[in-house]
Amino acid sequence: MQQKSPAYDFSHSPVVDQVGIDERVSRLNSRSIKKSSKVAGLKLALNMIDLTTLEGKDTEGKVKQMCYKAMHLHDHLPGLPGVAAVCVYPTMVRTARKALGDSAIKVASVATAFPSGQSTAEIKIADTKFAVSEGADEVDMVISRGAFLTGNYNYVFDEIAAIKEACGNARLKVILETGELSTLDNVRRASEIAMRAGADFIKTSTGKVQPAATPQVTLVMLEAIRDYYFETGIMIGMKPAGGISTAKGALQNLVMVKETLGNAWLNNHWFRFGASSLANDILMQLAKETTGAYQGGDYFSKD
Amino acid sequence: MERIEIQKTYKLYIGGQFPRTESGRYYTLTDKKGKVLANICQGSRKDFRNAVVAARGAFAGWSGRNAYNRSQVLYRIAEMLEGRRSQFEAELILQGETIFAAKKEISLAIDRLVYYAGWCDKYMQVFSSVNPVQSSHFNFSLPEPSGVVAIVAPQESGFAGLISAIAPVIAGGNCCVALASEKKPLSAISFAEVLATSDLPGGVVNILTGNTKELLTHMASHMDVNALVYCGKNKDEIKLARETAANNVKRVFVYDKNWNDPAEQNPYYILDTQEIKTTWHPVENIGTSGAKY
Repeated sequence: MQQKSPAYDFSHSPVVDQVGIDERVSRLNSRSIKKSSKVAGLKLALNMIDLTTLEGKDTEGKVKQMCYKAMHLHDHLPGLPGVAAVCVYPTMVRTARKALGDSAIKVASVATAFPSGQSTAEIKIADTKFAVSEGADEVDMVISRGAFLTGNYNYVFDEIAAIKEACGNARLKVILETGELSTLDNVRRASEIAMRAGADFIKTSTGKVQPAATPQVTLVMLEAIRDYYFETGIMIGMKPAGGISTAKGALQNLVMVKETLGNAWLNNHWFRFGASSLANDILMQLAKETTGAYQGGDYFSKD
Repeated sequence: MERIEIQKTYKLYIGGQFPRTESGRYYTLTDKKGKVLANICQGSRKDFRNAVVAARGAFAGWSGRNAYNRSQVLYRIAEMLEGRRSQFEAELILQGETIFAAKKEISLAIDRLVYYAGWCDKYMQVFSSVNPVQSSHFNFSLPEPSGVVAIVAPQESGFAGLISAIAPVIAGGNCCVALASEKKPLSAISFAEVLATSDLPGGVVNILTGNTKELLTHMASHMDVNALVYCGKNKDEIKLARETAANNVKRVFVYDKNWNDPAEQNPYYILDTQEIKTTWHPVENIGTSGAKY
């Protein structure tokens, strides 16, 4: 741990106490957040969402509709914050950019042969450059899980570094796809590789593989970020993605961030949710707090 | 050595599971002499919310079953009840019924389930129509289930009344959340155990116990509930239900009936929680042969 990157030996990354993580998660998840602090937490969570559509069937119309939704979450409720970004495939970046106009919402694009990452380095770099040239503010890349699992950590490191270079000014989120990494030790190791190779954010999952952003995985990654910050003074962002669909789950994530990293990370520059259905659940909870009546999905736009 | 009897914990029935109330509250049920019968969960608005989520989740599957199959499932519930008569008799007697009245009420409840089981694949024909129209269209009107129905079960008839309120609602393909009689909740929860072993998918029927006054507002105001069935005659509660339900134009049906009357059953109870859908179909486009009907 004392060595400076990139001389860091990833085969000796810290091991994770699984039982300890489970205990810590259940302890943090049992915290009760009510009334005004709940409303504040929900609004914060809403402001951290990367509203996402990553389907083979995505069309320009679908992306435009999602961008409209990003800008008009629920006009019946005044005083709502916007989401942080929309997240689309590279070919949809231009459409999203145009649809969002001059709003503050950012455009994030997945790249590097998302979601499998099974392609050559040249194609992944070209994919990234294309996304950035189309106007992406942020790039979500996937790591080569195959190379990682065979122990070829330097390959994974070099690939991330090369993509970071191709990103230019765009912020890079590195997807570890924790559902394919098997163990929390591997999650920790992949986090170390990503952070030291230049990731601005580390992200749990593509959303295409189950399990996705479990609280255990998120906590391990948050602890990796914390340790890296103590070691280097560099802040890294965190983005759990996939599987967080309830307002309660979002609040539990915020509790973990607060307790592990502190207030500095509690904004959408350093923490994001990758989700498609989470926004509506939060909106329904906020409407419940405003009107007193439990809400139904029929009264909220689907996309 | 004397054996200590194992008492049953009466819990809620939500989504095919038997959870305790999330609130941790309970009220004590006593018989006429003040002897404690059981501690009953005092369900909260959050239990109701969870039940609605379960009901909504089950709706697509249940309403998508064909009518014949729904009929079989209702009949199966009746079968299972028949086999557990003695348990229900004992509970009704504990709640103050005479042996004679208890036996009668159980027979009536079972027969009523069979009655509505029979209607599952028949009410559609009775209540549908082909309507005369000016243009060359077929014009059909047919009933469709409303969705999630909240039921305030009758206070006095704890068992037959509950079944009389639930059966027509689910026979029509709806899912429901029923609040059992506060004074006579024992058989409601035992009925849930019957439902859990009757091929009825989890979430189609959810049963809560608790206080009507506390829960009624939430049952009437919940935006994801499509209709409210209120069994009783408390004028203040009826007014509250109607006013609050207006928020999402929820339909409210108030029944003040003697459910232990064998005649108190008819397919119009099914029709109440149905919505009528009308379809226009151009006559020319039926069949590829170009036949004019």
